[in-house]
Order: sequence, then C-alpha cells, then structure tokens
Amino acid sequence: MTATQEVSATVESTPPVPPLLRVTGLSVSYAPPRKGVNLGTGAALTDASLEVRPGEIVGIVGETGSGKTTLARATVGLVRPAAGRIEFAGQDMGGLRGRALRDFRRSGQVQLVFQDPLRSLDPDLTIGDIVREPLDVAGTLPRRERADRVAESLRLVGLDPESVTGRRPRELSGGQRQRVSLARAISTRPQLLFCDEPVSALDVSNRNLVLNLLDRLRTELGLAVVIIAHDLSSLAGIADRVAVFYRSRVVEQGPVQAVLGRPAHPYTGLLTASAPSVVRVDRLRPEQLRPEPGGREWPAHGVCVFAPRCRFAHDACTEQPDPVPLDGEREAACHVAGRWREQLTSDDTTDGG
Amino acid sequence: MPLSPERVLDVRDLQVSVGDHLVAVQDVSFQIGRGEAVGLVGESGSGKTLTCRAVLGLLPTTGEIDHGRIVLGDGADAVELTGARRSTWDQVRGVRLGAVFQDPASYLNPSLTVGHQLAEQLRVKAGLSRAAAHRRSVELFTEVGLHEPESVFHQYPHELSGGMLQRVLIAISVSCEPELLIADEATTALDVVIQAEILELLRRLRETHGLSLLLVTHDLAVVAETCERILVMYGGQVVESGPTAEVLGDPQHPYTRALMDVATIGNWERRTLDVIPGQPPAAGERMPGCRFAPRCRYAAAACVAGPVPLVDLETEGRSARCARLGEVLTESALEEVSA
Repeated sequence: MTATQEVSATVESTPPVPPLLRVTGLSVSYAPPRKGVNLGTGAALTDASLEVRPGEIVGIVGETGSGKTTLARATVGLVRPAAGRIEFAGQDMGGLRGRALRDFRRSGQVQLVFQDPLRSLDPDLTIGDIVREPLDVAGTLPRRERADRVAESLRLVGLDPESVTGRRPRELSGGQRQRVSLARAISTRPQLLFCDEPVSALDVSNRNLVLNLLDRLRTELGLAVVIIAHDLSSLAGIADRVAVFYRSRVVEQGPVQAVLGRPAHPYTGLLTASAPSVVRVDRLRPEQLRPEPGGREWPAHGVCVFAPRCRFAHDACTEQPDPVPLDGEREAACHVAGRWREQLTSDDTTDGG
Repeated sequence: MPLSPERVLDVRDLQVSVGDHLVAVQDVSFQIGRGEAVGLVGESGSGKTLTCRAVLGLLPTTGEIDHGRIVLGDGADAVELTGARRSTWDQVRGVRLGAVFQDPASYLNPSLTVGHQLAEQLRVKAGLSRAAAHRRSVELFTEVGLHEPESVFHQYPHELSGGMLQRVLIAISVSCEPELLIADEATTALDVVIQAEILELLRRLRETHGLSLLLVTHDLAVVAETCERILVMYGGQVVESGPTAEVLGDPQHPYTRALMDVATIGNWERRTLDVIPGQPPAAGERMPGCRFAPRCRYAAAACVAGPVPLVDLETEGRSARCARLGEVLTESALEEVSA
C-alpha cells in the first residue's frame, strides 16, 4: 500500500472528513483489450477519479454511454475494473473476492436506486415485501424489528406505511413508486446511496420532491449520495459537487455553482447552454459552442474525446488532456480549460447575448 | 406572433372519460393555426396526454370521447375526427397528422432497418416507387440532421442512439408533409444537448414546412423556448392559456405560478427546489369547485362553492380559470415587490 502513503505525504492539508468513497484512476472495459489500444473499443470508463464524503451529495452528469452508470456498477462490485482503485470507508474494494465481495454487497452499505421504478421493483411483491427484502438479505437486523424498520423507512420517504405496504408497484403513481425504491434502498441504513437517474421518469414537482427527500435523508441519516442525472437543473438545486462525464472520462468536476455557473470545459459549456429555462437570461446559445460545419476530421482514437464536437478544438487536442486543477477547487481536462470564452467573445460579439 | 387565419386543428368542448365513466378530460377547447406551436403543459394525470391521444384517435381501450369536436384542417379539407372510421384515420394518421413520443425505440420495429421503415411509409402513404422512396428517405434523414444518412438507412434501431432514433421517428412522421405534428414528451428522455438539438430541428421544420406543432410536456422550460402559445392543464381542465411570453411573464392562475416555481429558471445559483404540496386529483374525481383548490395557497370559500369557468382576460387570446382572478395577481405581484 505504498501508493496511499505517497498520496498522504504529498497532500499537506488533508480534509477534515476522510472520503467515504475514493475512486482513483478507475478504468472499466466491457470488451477485451486489443493490441495497440489501451482498453479496447469497449472502454466504459477511463482513468476516472472521484471522492465522496459522508453527508455530501455529488452529482454526475453526462450523456448516455458516458460511463456514469458504469461507475456505480463498479462501486458496488457488479463489474471488475481493468485498472484503478476503489476504496470504500478506507477499504480497498479491489481486494474483495468471492465470499467477502458477496458479503459486502449483501450488507447493504452501498445501495443503488434505479431510474424506472416500474422496472426495478418486482411487480409480484407488495411494497412491504419490496422494502423488507434487503433486510432479509443482509440478515443483520433481528426478524421482529424488520417490520418496524420497513414502516420507518416508508415514513422517511413520506409514504403512509398503513396504506401502501399491502399494495403492489402498479397501484402507485410514478412519484410514489420512486419513493418506494428509495425506502427500499435506505432500509438497510446504507452509508452510500447511488441514485441512477432517480428523477428523470418523474414530472417536475415530483422530481423536486424526490430530490428534496434525498437532501433530507443525507442530513437525517448522514448519507453520502451520488446522483446520476442527465439534466442539470435537478442537480443545481441540491448537489454540493458535480462531475461531468463525457465518453468514459471525467472532463470536469468541482463545486456545483462554479462548474455550472462558469464552465471550464467546453462540453460543460454546451450542457449549460443547452438546458432549457423559463427565463432566457443573458447566456450562451448552444449553436455558439458547436463546431462549424465542415470542420476537420478527427481520428477515432487518441485525440481529446470531445474534439469532434468542440468548437475550440485545435492541434493540441490530438492528445487527450489530463485533468488539471483550476482555481484550487475544481479540475478540468481541456487544453483551453477556462479560456475558451475569450475566443468566443472575439468571434461572436455581433450575435452574442 | 401574427396568427395565421388558417386553422389546422380545432378542438371544442372535448370531454374524455376513461374506465368506468370517469371524466378525465373536460371542457377542453383550443385551436392551432398553420405554422403555430402550441404547448400543452401539466403534471402527470392532468389530462394532457389523453387530450393529444384523443386528437390522434389513440385513446386507451377503456377511454372514450363523451362529447366535443376535433376538426383537422380548415375549409374544404376539414375532417371531423371524433367518431371517425378506420378508413378516415388511415387517410389522416401518418399523412396529415404526425406524432412522436417519448420512447422512440418502442415505436420502431427492431427487426427492420430504419430506412426500410421510413421508405415503407413513403411507399404506402405517398405511393412512391421503391427507388424514389429510397431517395426521398435519404433526403429526409439528411434534413433531420442524421450524419451519413446513406449508412443510417441500412441500420437497425438497436444500432442507433436515442437521439438518432428520435430523429428517425421525426423523419417518418413528417415524411408525408403533415399539417400537424404532435410531440408527446418527445424530448423528455434525451439528454439536454440532444434535447436542444431536437427542439431546434422541430423549429426548423416548422419554418421550412409550415408545420404546426402540438408539444405535450411537463417541462415548462421546453414550452417557454419552443411554443408561441401555451395551455396549462390541471386535473383534466385547461386552467390557463395564452401567448407563452405573456402567460409566463404574468401568470394569472396560481397553478401556472406554482409550475413556474418548480421549473428551471436557468439560474444555477438557486438553491431551493420548490414543490407543489399535495397530489393532483385522481382521474374522474368529483369536485364541486376549483380542482386545484386543495393545493392552492390562495384557496378561499368561493373556490370550492361551485364550478369555476374559464374566463377570457383583457389581453387578447388569454384566459384563466380561477375564482379569485385578479386578487391573486395583485397579491403575488406585491409579494414580489416586497421580496
């Protein structure tokens, strides 16, 4: 474990709370590596690093296939990483094998919440059974206390245990179903909750309800929460930090307001510019950030992952940039990180605003 | 926006019931002019999807139009869609009326190439020859912004991303130059970058084809950026309607205002997520007065006493259904000034 010693020696001001989850240089590939290409074509996650502290909400944004879900799957041990480390509560998850891994998974310390509650909840089980199941699997809580825990979990998510325990998922509304998924996830009192698109199947009011619920749960239960989302507005209101994924890489991460308010990576810029809003305040338009038609062709490998869709791509971008720290609190993987706006104002002064 | 006199869709006093005569949509009237985009907004269960399904003649088997008229087109081309026969629908759906929905993959046949599915539409509905249909398909794929349309033509749905599939479906639905395109939560499942591109595509198609758009969504922000007019639905009724900018600039119904509070304002600094307390009424729930009253912070005795009519406002084209019309406006305006 020399690597950790080196890290702690170089970082002088260690944060007061050690991270609950520390992902370092994680790479995951779903296809066998090929000669000449590091990770083969199935690279789902490349050199990703992320830390999550207790009581913190970290948002992960990115398009479909950018590696968001793979990170969640790797953390709970559903896929084996090709490289990198995952530490949970100080323990190296890569060292867990066989029974130890199974026991960790069943202990319910890390729980997943999925996007579509109708598909992730067993339609044949009653809500009571669904919320109780993780407790039966973990087996740590005495049997007679489980019913109380089920009722308590349902109450925590704002459902009335008496009226819902006997019902089945299809008899509930979408928002209620998603709250059942949450109740199930927190019934084992996990330390870390991975929510994979928890609100994208819900409408706005229910969306905010579930997000506020997550916000409350992290304070009441001291939970660390990772919320995977494809829309920024859900995260802007509650996340402390946000990590932006693009094509298997973390291209930018930092405090949510800094990242969304003043994106350092052109992809984050495109994301925030594309987000619809009721009031169109003075801000960039997505077409200002798209490459001009008939731009240069980029090879499929080796170049910056965002280069083919980047307006600011230039010769340096034939090499994938590493994440570099930026004004202390955040990092971005871009050759023109934080500086692309300057090019924009000189190009688009006439039609900007 | 100047309203074109030519009317593409006229819905009057529509009432739809589902299941055991539960009235799920009542008293819905609206018109869409040529080239106009109208947004239908509301939470789940507000009746917005049932309304658009009624227009498409695709109500669930238990659903039924109790009364009301739905007329597509104007003048000599007008077709009454309520109670239309199968043969009428065959001439209308896919030809004069296009539709795209939330989950594009489930509307395509997984065992046929996407090009085949577009060409089939062109051959059956527009009567093109095999070669002409192929040519036109590639043109349409280019028009909806698919890269390398020739190779996309030969690809199967599973080989394309969600955004690409939605483009394919848009190409199919506009292939016969429909007068009206209905988009029911068509961009909801897409990520923001792709959503912005699809909305831009719809805007472009409206300009180039004179296409009218009925956009059904729960996202007020999408309507704000896309539609000239907005209809806010709640509990099966239209509670407010009018030009988008005016309705959102100065909402007259407390529900519209509540929706705006929960919507994305485009301000990343905002750290509170508002919710509308309570649940919307179940379909067919009988309520004597305003259906929003139980969740409304301005609710008074007058609100629940009897039915609240949809009242035309002074501003042209605006109407709202609120028993305390005017009172609420001043209150909230005052609140904003003092805040």
